[in-house]
Amino acid sequence: MTDVLVCVKRVPDTSGEVVLSADGSGVDGRYAGWTMSSHEECAVEMAVTIAGDTGGSVTVLTLGDDDSVEQLRAALAVGADEAVRIDAAADDYGPADVAAAIAEVVRAREGEGRPFDLVLVGNDAADTGDHQVGIRLAHLLERPVVAGAQNAAVAVSGDRLEVRSSVSGPTEVFDVPLPAVLTVWEGGVEPRYPNISGRMRAKKARVEVLEPSGAPQGSGRLGLRVLPPPASDVEVLGEGKAAAPRLVDVLRELGVVR
Amino acid sequence: MSVLVVVEPEDLDDEGAGLSVVSQEVLTFARSLPGEDVDAVLVGLPCAGAPPEAVLAHCREQGVRRLHVTGEPRLERYAARAWARVVDAAAEAGGAAYLVAGGTARGNEVLAHVAAARGVPMPCNVVAVVQSEPLEVERQVVGGAVLERVALRAEGGLAVASVAGHAVAPEPAPSPGETRVGEVAVELTEADLAAQVVRVEAEEGGDTSALTGANVVVGAGRGVGGADQFDDVEALAARLGGAVGVSRVVTSLGWRPHHEQVGQTGSRIAPDLYLACGISGAIQHWAGCSSSKTIIAINTDGEAPMVTKARYAVIGDMHEVIPAVLEELS
Ligand SMILES: Cc1cc2nc3c(=O)[nH]c(=O)nc-3n(C[C@H](O)[C@H](O)[C@H](O)COP(=O)(O)OP(=O)(O)OC[C@H]3O[C@@H](n4cnc5c(N)ncnc54)[C@H](O)[C@@H]3O)c2cc1C
Ligand SMILES: Nc1ncnc2c1ncn2[C@@H]1O[C@H](COP(=O)(O)O)[C@@H](O)[C@H]1O
Repeated sequence: MTDVLVCVKRVPDTSGEVVLSADGSGVDGRYAGWTMSSHEECAVEMAVTIAGDTGGSVTVLTLGDDDSVEQLRAALAVGADEAVRIDAAADDYGPADVAAAIAEVVRAREGEGRPFDLVLVGNDAADTGDHQVGIRLAHLLERPVVAGAQNAAVAVSGDRLEVRSSVSGPTEVFDVPLPAVLTVWEGGVEPRYPNISGRMRAKKARVEVLEPSGAPQGSGRLGLRVLPPPASDVEVLGEGKAAAPRLVDVLRELGVVR
Repeated sequence: MSVLVVVEPEDLDDEGAGLSVVSQEVLTFARSLPGEDVDAVLVGLPCAGAPPEAVLAHCREQGVRRLHVTGEPRLERYAARAWARVVDAAAEAGGAAYLVAGGTARGNEVLAHVAAARGVPMPCNVVAVVQSEPLEVERQVVGGAVLERVALRAEGGLAVASVAGHAVAPEPAPSPGETRVGEVAVELTEADLAAQVVRVEAEEGGDTSALTGANVVVGAGRGVGGADQFDDVEALAARLGGAVGVSRVVTSLGWRPHHEQVGQTGSRIAPDLYLACGISGAIQHWAGCSSSKTIIAINTDGEAPMVTKARYAVIGDMHEVIPAVLEELS
């Protein structure tokens, strides 16, 4: 029975154009919409699979404003059992603040006698890309952490976790004692789509709201700027098949074919 | 005041390979920080006092004053927290004010452990120093589409930051360093080694190194049309001695394995040539391929971002253009 906590962050969906908010302090997601990082979608999938395999549970957590319930419901729709929202403005929280707030929830649950055996976060959030919440959390909780996890299975004995990662080359296998923290990297598991009953359940599910204790130190952000698109200096070599000879000339000029 | 750089060997099995390109870039970047000396620490290659000559040659070329190594045999297999202990000890021994590493998976992970242990911030994927007093840097956020300005403070401890891959080109130092080699000693605890690689499965699950090391990458996106439509893409990659790289649409549709994915949540590549076929060039894909020296796009849509950002383009159906190119080359 592995009880898993998985942490997701509401971020602007920047598949299209990136627009900054009027004061330039953040990315405006009003037109583009909102999502979570693909790493986190995979973390949710991993959590649901592990809980399913071991007869455990999944709790999904976000630190954010009321709107971020949308991302919690997305996780509930694919099989998370419980949802927790730490009520705070995510932009005011740096990665150390987020780790501290999550650690507080983990400790509180431990105090209630319902500890989490495993905490999953994404390798990096799609917006701030800090690459550190999971590792800071592991230090605060004094637990081992594997970063870049793409695949994980709990041993039959239930007290160890085998983790695989191929993000630095050949597949590396870790074998860590539980409780542990993983930062998940896209690619090892395929997130499932919600079905109708999942969506219905998610809509009605209760979201527990917690107040963070203490003030955040902040991210240290001094300003943002969107990189101007490079002036296009593209040379169109032609259309269709007819362009092949010129393309091959260019390949020769570049020295990639002789 | 000195700057300490975490360096990684290019290839553990090749003594002659020296430092990775990203490590050489970071050593170059380190000279733009306000330290008098640049030191380096090499962790993943336990080599008690005798690092490979090729590593030393790169260090001298980059003006490195001192190279910290370790003889701890248990560090041969990767364990981020244990590596971080060595890095931290080297920072202590060398009186480092700044600690930097490449923004690779390993670099970001090891630095985050040091920063967490010391309770200091860690801005990652820094691309440039934008102000020296007080020191401010810009770093990539939102997959590299936006730059964030943050302070980097050495007062009261160690300033830690990772440097985005290919943000600077590696340049030799104005004068070579003497690169004295010193050994750092650490007492590793059980907790430091609790999350350690127990084995490496070379083939299974795929390998990103073929892609990240390739001089030519033939990219393929949704425009390919299906899992069974990759023959011409593969043939062209083979003909150019390169690798296949794909967009996330391609991996999420299950057409190709994730280790071939280029982009924010895939690999960052910097080949001499990236030939992007049927890829629109979304920000998250651009994040992984923008460091390519030359980009050629093949796309049916002349307005696709990949086309307007490329150096050269062919407008048309990739499945007509690629066979014609192969024909031309045969
Ligand atoms: C948090 C997050 C992380 C992401 N990470 C990544 C990442 O790491 N890598 C990544 O790639 N994406 C990533 N994405 C997804 C990204 O936003 C785009 O959706 C994706 O890159 C689009 O893939 P594509 O170019 O193959 O498909 P499309 O955008 O659909 O483009 C297909 C292109 O093919 C062209 N085309 C169609 N038919 C042909 C033909 N016969 N011949 C030639 N051209 C043709 C079309 O004109 C079009 O330009 C991420 C998204 C998010 C939100
Ligand atoms: N506001 C937040 N709420 C919940 N989880 C978060 C939040 N911020 C970051 N995380 C988690 O921490 C991971 C790493 O974030 P970061 O270190 O900021 O790149 C993300 O992928 C999330 O899983």
